[in-house]
Amino acid sequence: MKQYIDFFISERQKIDEFCSPLLNSFREKAFETFSRTGFPIYQSEDYQYTDVAGLLKDDLGFYLNLLQPGINPHKVFYCNVPNLNAYKYFVVNGHFFQEPEKDLPSGVYLGSLNIFAERHPDLFLRYYNQPASQNGDGLTAFNTLFVQDGYVLYVPENVVLEKAVQLTNISAGNVDSLINRRILVILERGAQAKLLICDHTNDDKVMSAATQVTEIYAGENAFFDYYELEESGGNTVRLTNNFVRQSASSSVILNNITLSNGFTRNNYQIDLTGKRAETYLSGLAIADAQQTIDNFTLINHHASDCRSNELFKYLLDEEATGVFNGKIIVSPNAQKTEAYQSNRNLLGNRLCRMYSQPKLEINADDVKCSHGMTTGQLDEAALLYMRSRGISKEEAILMLKFAFTGDVLKGIRLEGLRDRLTLLIEKRLRGELIKCQECI
Amino acid sequence: MLKIKDLHASINGKEILRGLNLEIQTGEVHAIMGPNGSGKSTLAAVLVGNPAFEVTKGEIVFKGQNLLELSPEERSCLGIFLSFQYPVEIPGVSMVNFMRTAVNEHRKRKGEQPLTAGEFLKMMREKQSIVELDKNLVNRSVNEGFSGGEKKRNEIFQMAMLDPDLAILDETDSGLDIDALRIVAHGVNQLKRTDNATIVITHYQRLLDYIKPDFVHVLYHGQIIKTGNPELALELEEKGYDWLK
Repeated sequence: MKQYIDFFISERQKIDEFCSPLLNSFREKAFETFSRTGFPIYQSEDYQYTDVAGLLKDDLGFYLNLLQPGINPHKVFYCNVPNLNAYKYFVVNGHFFQEPEKDLPSGVYLGSLNIFAERHPDLFLRYYNQPASQNGDGLTAFNTLFVQDGYVLYVPENVVLEKAVQLTNISAGNVDSLINRRILVILERGAQAKLLICDHTNDDKVMSAATQVTEIYAGENAFFDYYELEESGGNTVRLTNNFVRQSASSSVILNNITLSNGFTRNNYQIDLTGKRAETYLSGLAIADAQQTIDNFTLINHHASDCRSNELFKYLLDEEATGVFNGKIIVSPNAQKTEAYQSNRNLLGNRLCRMYSQPKLEINADDVKCSHGMTTGQLDEAALLYMRSRGISKEEAILMLKFAFTGDVLKGIRLEGLRDRLTLLIEKRLRGELIKCQECI
Repeated sequence: MLKIKDLHASINGKEILRGLNLEIQTGEVHAIMGPNGSGKSTLAAVLVGNPAFEVTKGEIVFKGQNLLELSPEERSCLGIFLSFQYPVEIPGVSMVNFMRTAVNEHRKRKGEQPLTAGEFLKMMREKQSIVELDKNLVNRSVNEGFSGGEKKRNEIFQMAMLDPDLAILDETDSGLDIDALRIVAHGVNQLKRTDNATIVITHYQRLLDYIKPDFVHVLYHGQIIKTGNPELALELEEKGYDWLK
């Protein structure tokens, strides 16, 4: 940690140089916070199984020079969701890859965080780093301290962005490196948008670590779909903090799929601040080898008549580790809350490990809340039944595993993505190398 | 077609079958009756290759092959079919996908090309009509939310799809009302040919009113203690099993 503080002090000028002064203006406070708290402490209540300081070893390289993106993503990147009709963008090693301006509905902004800060300083100051600084931990402060660019999706009042937006994060370097990314999503009253983020690492020979802070604002009656797909390698560390604020009658889908990874920790904090807001938070984690996937979720029901539905499924094999921590807090004002949480885990053998902790804190009396957790192995009776019909053991296991992922996929409203994921998951379970067609 | 010699089998160390002998020729229907715990379902489980049961002694030869060396899927492809007493629900696996995979695995082992989607659907429609299976059921997950009768009809539908040489019906009559029983039995009879065989495992004589056996065996304490003609079933219905012990 001390090395990072010293590094910041010595490189401050270089870090600031290519960034908007507004973005830089948040570093002071982040510096104070991070100096005080450091990284979240391993084995503390919220970080039982993730050792952030250990993962972010001190000699990781930073890409500080924004003028050299290093690679052209259009040339090196192979997209796994090629048929998705979407506005496509890239963030390479944490830096937004500048594309020619696209023809977008009036007032919509899709692009670099720095340019957004220059064009819309009022919006930037109103939204950037608000929940992140109020509720974030040392990891969020660390990200704010070093972040140099990121991505903004802004949709003004009553504008519907019909086409989905696809953002691909690429980590591509030849040394062990750490990337700090930022995503800001602002949907004003009545706005609608869908965002898919794909996380890729290009080379598994070097370590690619990333911190990512995402802030999402859904205004009154806004609809937002947020899909995240991680397809990285065993030498990747991904640490994300997601903050979601929802106004009255807004509807947000958050869907996180880890298809392949190294070590992943995703934090979600969702604040339902307006009445009748609804959230669908779901996740699918497929892990084997020595992969670890740690999802930590907190849903705060602040207002009445809101609904949250949470479903996380883990499919673990070999020596993989899964962690699920699901907290729901219903405040005294949040009468007529409906909050459901479910965590289902399928373990392929005796070596993989699943740690699950549901926590419900209900402080209102007129609510419907439930939670359930199951962890088990493949259904032997189903396996025999299938084999007795001539289906080979391997194929039967595959079909059962695939069936297990079904209800998470069902929650995806982007048809092209759902179809593609169905195929990708099947390939993943078959152990076939995921090779994709080139993005058009 | 099937020869079982001195078969001993146990589960969790407890011996259930204690020297069972049985021989079945093509074209025959054999009924196996017996009180609870006599080993009827164990016999079915051992024939299909349920790994929970251990065969400690004896042999089973089916179509000239040592059945005990084969996996459940190999036995299926060789022509053995079990209609389960308790068909298993498999959420998330559709009947269509399940059956298409099964049929194509059978074809693959015979060196045949997989069916096209069109051919497969046509075959499904034909076979569904044999047991009057609601066509919507095949779009659902395997047995999920099926009624007791639908589950049993679904078993016979699968049997029709896979066209086995030896069908074993394990208590297919349990949990069926008279109408469903008639439909299921009718389905089984339609599938009957001179070159295949059927084992009907049942508690009660009533199924045998619909499916006429050539032989009736009484299984007791893991052995077949009596073999007779169809009248034996009526006698058992009337007198119970005690007089045979």
